[in-house]
Amino acid sequence: MRVVLAEDLFLLRDGLVRLLEAYDFEIAAAVDNGPELNRALLTIKPDVAVVDVRLPPTFTDEGLQAALQARREVPGLPVLVLSQHVEQLYARELLADGSGGIGYLLKDRVFDADQFIDAVRRVAAGGTAMDPQVISQLLVRKSRDEPLGDLTPREREVLALMAEGRSNLAIAQRLVVTERAIAKHTSNIFLKLDLPVSDDDNRRVLAVLAYLNGS
Amino acid sequence: MNIGKAALAAVRGLGLGLLAMLGSLVFFIFSVVFMALSLVGVGLFVTPVVTAAARSYMGMRRRLAHQWFGVEIKTPYKPKPEFQGGVLGVLERYRWIMKDPATYRDLLWMITDATAGFTLAILAFTLLFYGPYGWVLAAGVWYPIVHSGGGDWYTFVHVTGFGSAMLAGLMGFVYAGLGVWLTPQIMKVHARLDASMLGPTHERELQMRVERLTETRSDALDTQAAELRRIERDLHDGAQARLVAMGMSLGAVEHLLERDPEKAKKLLSEARESSSKALTELRDLVRGIHPPVLAERGLGDAVRALAMALPLTAEVEVDLPGTLDAPVESAAYFAVSEVLTNAAKHSGARRVWLDLRHENGMLRIMITDDGQGGADMSAGTGLRGIERRLGTFDGVLALNSPAGGPTIVTIELPCALTAPRP
Repeated sequence: MRVVLAEDLFLLRDGLVRLLEAYDFEIAAAVDNGPELNRALLTIKPDVAVVDVRLPPTFTDEGLQAALQARREVPGLPVLVLSQHVEQLYARELLADGSGGIGYLLKDRVFDADQFIDAVRRVAAGGTAMDPQVISQLLVRKSRDEPLGDLTPREREVLALMAEGRSNLAIAQRLVVTERAIAKHTSNIFLKLDLPVSDDDNRRVLAVLAYLNGS
Repeated sequence: MNIGKAALAAVRGLGLGLLAMLGSLVFFIFSVVFMALSLVGVGLFVTPVVTAAARSYMGMRRRLAHQWFGVEIKTPYKPKPEFQGGVLGVLERYRWIMKDPATYRDLLWMITDATAGFTLAILAFTLLFYGPYGWVLAAGVWYPIVHSGGGDWYTFVHVTGFGSAMLAGLMGFVYAGLGVWLTPQIMKVHARLDASMLGPTHERELQMRVERLTETRSDALDTQAAELRRIERDLHDGAQARLVAMGMSLGAVEHLLERDPEKAKKLLSEARESSSKALTELRDLVRGIHPPVLAERGLGDAVRALAMALPLTAEVEVDLPGTLDAPVESAAYFAVSEVLTNAAKHSGARRVWLDLRHENGMLRIMITDDGQGGADMSAGTGLRGIERRLGTFDGVLALNSPAGGPTIVTIELPCALTAPRP
């Protein structure tokens, strides 16, 4: 799988390159600034891009802008955005086109290599990987509203994991229950939140995120 | 419409005319008499009392000038120092009053108001009501006057019979017209006269500015020092301590690697957890110093991000076609953050509306919530602090929170808007 990597701090970039190569990714380009990232994304059209939000030359949100720009020109281009801090505002912007293949994680998540690589693969496959912090903020904000308040604690737990972008199987492993139990929870959640039921994992996650993002 | 306005101005003129006699003149006489009596001692004790009363009377006149004629007059007095008790305190109080040039300007104003001010005010009143008086004469009142042997003069018309009474009636229209036109303007002149003498002199104004700057600078330094202390403490107790713990864990791991790999593995995962926690703490600390989203996106989006994190439904309206100076932006951000926190915590509000715009060299932020109201600047913990912080930039915060709501907080910060970010 070909990866474009954008990270301005040498140590982190180097670490990420080594980590990704250890898991058999091919680094097509590793850049350290916004303009080069723009070029790399559009010429290489990688299978997945791993992008830091803040990049030179302005050290604002160049990485994010480059990612959004590239996705406008190449719809669905898989991008995993990394940042020292997560903002709901950015999450909403990344999810706005509703086409999946999006990840948004704290840089700390790199510490757990297996989980991180799992997230990269999920995004590359058109799925989503949202940071638990984004999801918990969304849940806090939404929980005053009626339908979400009706969920059982277990269902809320499943909803949170689902919103992070995990499949039923992954959720089942995480909560140490059977996949069938999770399937039952998810169909209950979809019924209570009045969301369209779908067998496709990615579609389901996007529906949940759209629901949580709505005001 | 105009007639109503003129009538109102005329009635106010009558009011000010009466005040000139009952207030200004009386206070002038009392003040002068007791200042003179200072020479024999009595005045030392009574002058401060009389002056205090006179000052509160003049404070009322300043407010009237603002409410009635829209002329804002600042209070020019020197701030009141701390006085000792007993006789010494009385002397200090006396000195404070007599050394303030505004005291003498007040005397000058009082006598001017009792003369020129009185004349203007009564002129405004009579000019308007003289016209209708002419009509009253023409309507028949001339008859009993003339027949009881009197001969009233209506300005230069000697009313001696039907013809001259009619002429007076016609003249009445001229006066009424003049009155409608001139009365409000005479009262405006009156208010300007008040402003020129009741307000601070240019010198005093500069002095007041210096006083304000000294105060806000010291506030700014205090908050900054407190901020630095907080950051130091947070780093010391947080990230620094965690890094030490991590170092120790790693040292132990090195030691245990061969002897007890299981234990080493456990320590490694502890070290990773420590680093994770240290990062979280640093992240929170950074948010408190300068929120990343503010640096990345500017005030508008930073406030949007704040609003999104609220457990309330928020509507944000931003009209900032450019960027603000970083310090102003940061002060505004933290002010909004504090106000929103208050709204979420104490007001019981379900919705909040934010409006940010830049007009006339001023950043204006309005925050409205549908909570129960009754918020109080003096009771609230945070609002005073925000006010002090904004003061450094000559910004102000106004709170309007009647019991039952809604609460409206308005923040105004003078600042320039530069070209938008690329």
